[in-house]
Amino acid sequence: MNRDEIIENVVEIMEDVFDLDDVAYRDALNAHDIEEWDSLSNIRFMVAVEGRFNIRFSNRELEALQNVGDLVDMVQQKMG
Amino acid sequence: MNDIIDLPWLLAAPGDFRARLKQAQADGGGGVDAMLWLAGHALDVSQLAQMGRAVDKCRADLAQSARLRPVKVAVAGTHTLDVIVGALAGTALRHGMLLDVFKVGYGQGAQALLNPQSELADYRPDFVLVALDEHALGLARPVLEEAAAKATVDAAVDHVLALRDAALANFGATAIVQTIAPRPEPLFGHRDIGQPGTVAWLIDRFNARLRETLCASDGLLVDTAAIASTVGLWRWHDPLRWHDAKLPFSLDAVPLFADHVCRVLAAARGLSRKCLVLDLDNTLWSGVIGDDGVEGIKLGQGSAAGEAHLAVQAFAADLRQRGIVLAVCSKNEEAAALLPFQRHDEMLLREDHIAVFVANWTDKASNLRHIAERLNIGVDALVFLDDNPAERAQVRRELPTVAVPEVGDEPSDYVRLLAMAGYFEAVGFAEEDRLRAEMYQQNAQRSGALQKIGNYDEYLASLEMTCTIRPFDELGRTRISQLANKSNQFNLTTRRYTVADIAAFEGDPEAFTLQVRLADRFGDNGIISVVIFRRGPEEWVCDTWLMSCRVLGRRVEEAVLATVAHAAIAAGASRLVGEYLPTAKNVLVEKHFEKLGFDFDGDLPEGGTRWVLALDAFQTINLPFRME
Repeated sequence: MNRDEIIENVVEIMEDVFDLDDVAYRDALNAHDIEEWDSLSNIRFMVAVEGRFNIRFSNRELEALQNVGDLVDMVQQKMG
Repeated sequence: MNDIIDLPWLLAAPGDFRARLKQAQADGGGGVDAMLWLAGHALDVSQLAQMGRAVDKCRADLAQSARLRPVKVAVAGTHTLDVIVGALAGTALRHGMLLDVFKVGYGQGAQALLNPQSELADYRPDFVLVALDEHALGLARPVLEEAAAKATVDAAVDHVLALRDAALANFGATAIVQTIAPRPEPLFGHRDIGQPGTVAWLIDRFNARLRETLCASDGLLVDTAAIASTVGLWRWHDPLRWHDAKLPFSLDAVPLFADHVCRVLAAARGLSRKCLVLDLDNTLWSGVIGDDGVEGIKLGQGSAAGEAHLAVQAFAADLRQRGIVLAVCSKNEEAAALLPFQRHDEMLLREDHIAVFVANWTDKASNLRHIAERLNIGVDALVFLDDNPAERAQVRRELPTVAVPEVGDEPSDYVRLLAMAGYFEAVGFAEEDRLRAEMYQQNAQRSGALQKIGNYDEYLASLEMTCTIRPFDELGRTRISQLANKSNQFNLTTRRYTVADIAAFEGDPEAFTLQVRLADRFGDNGIISVVIFRRGPEEWVCDTWLMSCRVLGRRVEEAVLATVAHAAIAAGASRLVGEYLPTAKNVLVEKHFEKLGFDFDGDLPEGGTRWVLALDAFQTINLPFRME
């Protein structure tokens, strides 16, 4: 899967988890930009991403993420 | 998708779920059907959260549809409950309930229950789901000295029971308590479960004591340990999310857990299903009887398919033993459909196990309507098991309230999918349940007798009925509560009472309570009517008057009235007062008090009618019963 396809999937997940239409993706997007993105919906977000791509994040990896771009990079890395 | 965690008996959610849900909300009252249809699918945590928000937005429309029972649930616990709370309202829709859910503040569970002035006093829940983890109960670390270990378990159980009692005493709410999911990490190894004081032993003993105590008192229990075992403990527990956010188990398991909680709530409200309707070909045997004949179908006989279908019959027979009614709905000539029952050696189910046997070429939805009418129950009390996806689709389309498990095409899966769906969840097991199937057979015989005797009074006399009328007692408690929760049509005031509520009436000197039992020459119908009057110096006012529709037309109401009237006269009262509170389902009893000789006394301010009977005008008449 290339980076754009990963982004497409992640955006779909965000729309589902945060119940939003048309998330405007950019790498710097993070919880400050989205009202519905709090610590609990973040957990649902991470669980959904793990499920979709069949990967697992360690706690250290999760704490290192600053924005969606970091998340997409990490997914790409884990998928080889 | 055959993983228990995905609720495999339900169809997967449509790909455009969010869009459809948005459309349903925009359609207001017209969108209720669409919303309920969506809720009947297997939804993940995010979809349930969306559905829960939709329920909040559309609460008024959903309430007005009169298709859902409103229930208020508080969730009180010692860890992060938000995700569970968010999943309950959406899940409850497919169980026939409109849920209002209140989450007690983080970590405040015990305090909220023990303090009569807590936020629960304002909220006034019907039920409280008590969510305590092993850490809060002192069961998360080993206590390797036997006496101390026993004391630890007892303290934990006593704490849970104290919270349950507090919920009832402080708020009149019925608590739902939970067992604790075992931990998969051993300390010694295989010795753990037998070694007093290991975490495995502590949790196991706690669970055992809790289960016994709850079952004996017909209390409400969600056996979370059993759900976790079914999913698998490795998968159920999620240490990362516990350490990070105090989430009690894997998010993936939340939809299944929510479904189990809603089953128990629905069962407590009498909404569990009552009848299993069975297809025949490729459901109860392998093959098509019309084509293959008795010799050609496979049943038992050591074949994989034959054994799988025999297991379906065994499960159906077991359900019947615990009070679920069985019916057959098959596309066949009736004679062909009956052949295996009459001639096949391996058949477990017999013709007389089946309360209503329908084999014809009419569409199945129409037949299901007919079966429900014959049994005098709603179609929403039916579960329909059929191997044929086209038949399942037709019934789902025409009768969306019938439960149709998605069983797939492997017969070995049928029993587990039917059972794990939990359609027949029960919160009590009364004598009437055990005998229910017999009663339905007897009713069939009774309607046969009526056809032979033309005159109705002669018919009633020929039944040789015995009517036993007594105050509420411990023996009848479970059945009385069952009737109070299930009766919709012959129910004057539709007040719902749990077993604990009924127990309270037993001891209440201002309550005049009656449980009415009716037997006749065909058999015993058990308790079929429940009546509660509130005693006053001048007036006795009817709080509850309900009756099973199975005994309509037997003049039981008149016998009840005579009993109440005589007691009221003996106590020095001068009037009986009755109230009719109309609902979508009880128009049957609009004129109940009028027929009993009461006078109309005006409309009630919030809807309904008031009726008065002057006791000095009351006259006893001859009734076709032997009274006991």
